Parts: sequence; C-alpha cells; structure tokens
Amino acid sequence: MTGATAAPGLRAHPPEVSAARARRWGSLYFAEHVLRVMKSYGWTIVMYGVGQPVAYLFAMGVGLATLVDTSSDAGFGGVSYLTFIAPALLVSAAVMAAASELTFPVMDGFKWRRIYYGPHASPLTPQQIALGQIIAVTVRFLLQSAIYFVVVALFGASPSAWGWVSILVATLTGLAFGLPLMAYAASVTQDKGQFAMVMRFIVMPLFLFSGTFFPLDTLPLTVRWIGWISPIWHGTELGRVFSYGYQEPPLLTIAHFVFLLVLTVVGWVLTKRQFIKRMAG
Amino acid sequence: MSSPAETGPPQYVITAENLTKRYGDVVAVDGISFSVPAGEAFGLLGPNGAGKSTTMKMIGGVSQRTSGSLNIMGMDPDQNGPEVRAHLGVVPQQDNLDEELKVRDNLLVYGRYFGLPMSYLRPKADELLEFAQLTDKAKSKVDALSGGMKRRLTIARSLINEPRILLLDEPTTGLDPQARHILWDRLFRLKEQGVTLILTTHYMDEAEQLCDRLIVVDKGRIMAEGSPASLIREYSTREVLELRFGSERNATVGTELEGIGERLETLPDRVLIYAHDGEAALEEVSARGLRPVTSLVRRSSLEDVFLRLTGRSLVD
Repeated sequence: MTGATAAPGLRAHPPEVSAARARRWGSLYFAEHVLRVMKSYGWTIVMYGVGQPVAYLFAMGVGLATLVDTSSDAGFGGVSYLTFIAPALLVSAAVMAAASELTFPVMDGFKWRRIYYGPHASPLTPQQIALGQIIAVTVRFLLQSAIYFVVVALFGASPSAWGWVSILVATLTGLAFGLPLMAYAASVTQDKGQFAMVMRFIVMPLFLFSGTFFPLDTLPLTVRWIGWISPIWHGTELGRVFSYGYQEPPLLTIAHFVFLLVLTVVGWVLTKRQFIKRMAG
Repeated sequence: MSSPAETGPPQYVITAENLTKRYGDVVAVDGISFSVPAGEAFGLLGPNGAGKSTTMKMIGGVSQRTSGSLNIMGMDPDQNGPEVRAHLGVVPQQDNLDEELKVRDNLLVYGRYFGLPMSYLRPKADELLEFAQLTDKAKSKVDALSGGMKRRLTIARSLINEPRILLLDEPTTGLDPQARHILWDRLFRLKEQGVTLILTTHYMDEAEQLCDRLIVVDKGRIMAEGSPASLIREYSTREVLELRFGSERNATVGTELEGIGERLETLPDRVLIYAHDGEAALEEVSARGLRPVTSLVRRSSLEDVFLRLTGRSLVD
C-alpha cells in the first residue's frame, strides 16, 4: 500500500528489513536526527569552538601570562603560561558543551517537546535513543575540540607532536562529565532550576578548582580534593601530558584515563537504565 | 472498505486476550479481549482515564502488559518490540514533532528510524506532504504550523514506512471542527486503501464516522462491542427527546414524565426521554401541561449508548 497517493514504483522495504536495520543501526539513526538539529545551530558550535579559545587565550594566555611567573619553580613545568592553560581550556570547553547538550535537551526530549517519544514509537529502543544522543554529542565534542586545538596550535601553545590526542582527551572528559549528568537529567520530571544549580555549584567550582589556571598542588588540601574528584582535573592533566609532555608518574596518567573511563561507563549504565525506566512504562 | 467477511475468514492483525495493565494498585486495563481483522477501522471509545491510551501503548509495543496475551501481526510486542513497531504507524495523543526541524525534515528523520534510504524518503516525503495538504509548508519550521496542520503532519509522519496498521490516539482532540473534518477525510482515504485503523476517541461522532466496529471501554473494562449502528440499536432507542426545564427543575420533573417513551434519564442540565418517535413523545409532554425551556428531538448516538452502559456522560 502507499499510505497516501501512490507514486509508481515507490515502495518502502518490508517491516522485517526496517526492524533488522533498526536493531543494528538504530542509535546512528537517532544520532542523525540530533545532528540535523545541531546543524541548525552549527554556527554557534563553530563560534564556540573558535571564539572561546581565542578570547581565553588572549585574555589569560597573552594578557595574564605577562604577570605570571613561569619559571620551573612556579609549578608550570617550565612551559609558557599559555601552553599550561591551553589543555585545561580545551577540556573545560568540552565539559561546558556537555553541560549544555546533556541537560535541557534531555529534559526537553522527555517533557517539553517530547521528541524522544517519536522514535520510541518506531523500531528504535530507549537505549538506542540515549546512545544516539550521546553519539551526536560526541561528534560535537570532537568537532569543537578539533577547532579549539587548531586555534591553540596556531597560538603555538601545543608544542608536542602528540598534542592532537588532547582532542580525544577533551571528548572523553566531556563524556565522563556529561553522561552522569545526562542520567540525572533523564530522571528530572519537573524543572525547578536544577540545571542552573548544576552550572553554579558543580560546573563552575570544578572549572575553577581543577588545576585549570594554576597547578592543583598550589591549593590548600581543604579544597584540593575538589580537583581529585573532578573529571576536568583528570582530563586537564591527561591533556597536558600529550600537549607538552607534562611529567608525572605513568601510573597517575593511567589513573586519569581510568577515572574518566569509569565515569563514562557508569554514566552510560545509569543513563540507559533511566531511559528504559522512563520510556518503557 | 471491504468487509473481511466478504473475502473469507478474517485474518486478525491484532488479538488481545485478557489484556491487563496495572500501575501499582491501579488497574488501568482490566482483562480486555478483542480481535481486529485486517482492513478494519476499530475504535476504543471511552472517557478520559478509561484505559484507552494504555491499551494503545501496549499494542504499540512501548508499554509492557502485566498479564494476558497480545499478538500483533503474529508477534508478541513484549518480545519483539522493534519487529512489531516496524509494522505500525503511530499518531500519539500529544504531538511530538521536532519543532526545531523543518516540516519536511521531520518526515525524513522519522523515515530514517526505519532504515529507509533517502532515495525512497525524499519523494515519499513530498507525496505525504501533498496527502496532508502541507506541500507549501514543507520548508517551514513546525512551530509555525496550526494545531490542525501539526496533527496532519503527525499523520503524514506515521505513514512514512507504509504501515499496514495505523494507531491513532485521540487524533482530533483539541482541533476545531474544520480541522477535524479534514483529518477524517484523510483517514477515510487510508481506510479505502485497506489500512487497518485502530483509533481511540472520546468523541462519539468521530467513532460513528470512522469506526466499522468499536469497543466501549470504561474503568479498564469492555462494556460493549459492535458496530456503531448495532450498539445504538441494542442499547438505545431510535430517537431521543432532550428537554431542559432549568437546572433546579430538571431533577424533580422526572416523576411527571414517567411513562413517556421507553426510558428516562435525568442529567443535571437536561432530561432525556428515549423513544422510538421523539416528536410523539414531545407531544405527550405538552399534553401533560409541562413546558420545557427548550426541547430537541435527535437520533440516538453512541453518547446515549455510553450513558446507558455506565450511567455517566462521555465528556465529563
């Protein structure tokens, strides 16, 4: 049947084929949807990727750097202040993007425009919808981080040949921070300003106290723990290793990676569970 | 549409037996059984909270039943969710179009969920926009559409995979009369093409217009089953005389009307006299010296069936 006015030769493939394809590629189909939406604000993403590092690198790296002592004793590893903060800014930008992509849009999908319930009636499963959103957001992290990295490199702030790995590090950090937040966003049924609170009391403190603008060990122990539990700090330290060969015990480097990976996996498991719980009532 | 009985034994596309859904202590659907043959327009009529939408969600393979059995196109939706959903087109009660995308893009992304290639989707989207009378809105953002247009787009979207079964949950709720009639026309056309329509509604006129057969549902249970005409024949009289005596007098006038027609129903705002000949009943009312503020003789409807079955009005 045609479903409407028939155009000769125009036939959908059989439902069995739809189901088989959806079972295999369903997450990508939803990712495609989210990416199409992102395309409509693509310039925002590009400007975010370019404008933010340019502004920060000028303000902090060029302006503030003239006042900062970068001798090896100062704890910046003997590199310029610009080189020191560049990986941190790259990672922080991914985390900020995670905070915007995986809070309101998730609640929007369930509550306001309810767009998750469209694919939910199709062969896609709730976990595929969740994963599709994550894939699309990962694409954004990669794209944005790549642009950011190019700008950083143009400033000469990523001297190592392995600097490009910080794109992947930033993306992983975005997911490590974003997925637990996504699980939380998927559990919120009433907007009572929770996401604004997350920005003010979680994202900003983590941004400020994660060794972003100064080494973490310059902080007193009473606040240093914030860095230890912060994906931003772990991502930043990892980024510094690749960006300019920051020296730290190899085990610590592995620990940063494992910490980020564990947060990502736990965040995914919780997100998946929450999507299934909320949609398969 | 052609009745399945004309072409041999019916092939059931949906069979439910003792279908039950509980949310904690609340029984939303309480052991209902029905079968729908291919090509039928089948309705679930009942007030809000009757369990219609819950039943639709179970048929749609997005809500697991608590007990009973359910078979859609030979499959159990709890076991084969994606396979069952691949056969369906779904028009939900609340529109869930992506308002950040353009009208045509909504059709394209939805088609992709079924793994349909763009070479099929592009012309199909244009065809469906034509069907939904939205061709000139193809490049508009969805939030620029009226309520009726959004509903038509949602129906167009549900047809992108050429489903054999279309689930419509309260498809015209909130629409103005003109928009409803346009929608009904589109649904008639689908029916003519042999699409099985499963429809929930609390509008009796919609059920009468669209459904070959329906079940009247209340509190999760089936109260009656049959074609609109047969239900009216079975549970009501041919005509109804509606009398309004004013809100205070309606309740007390009943004893004075006794014996007129076959049955009397007193509602807060009016008194209904069920009679084969409504005009004759009205003459008798006048002969008894009663002077209603307004009177109206009309044909019986499914509203009367529902009132008879449950003692309540459909639209509270």
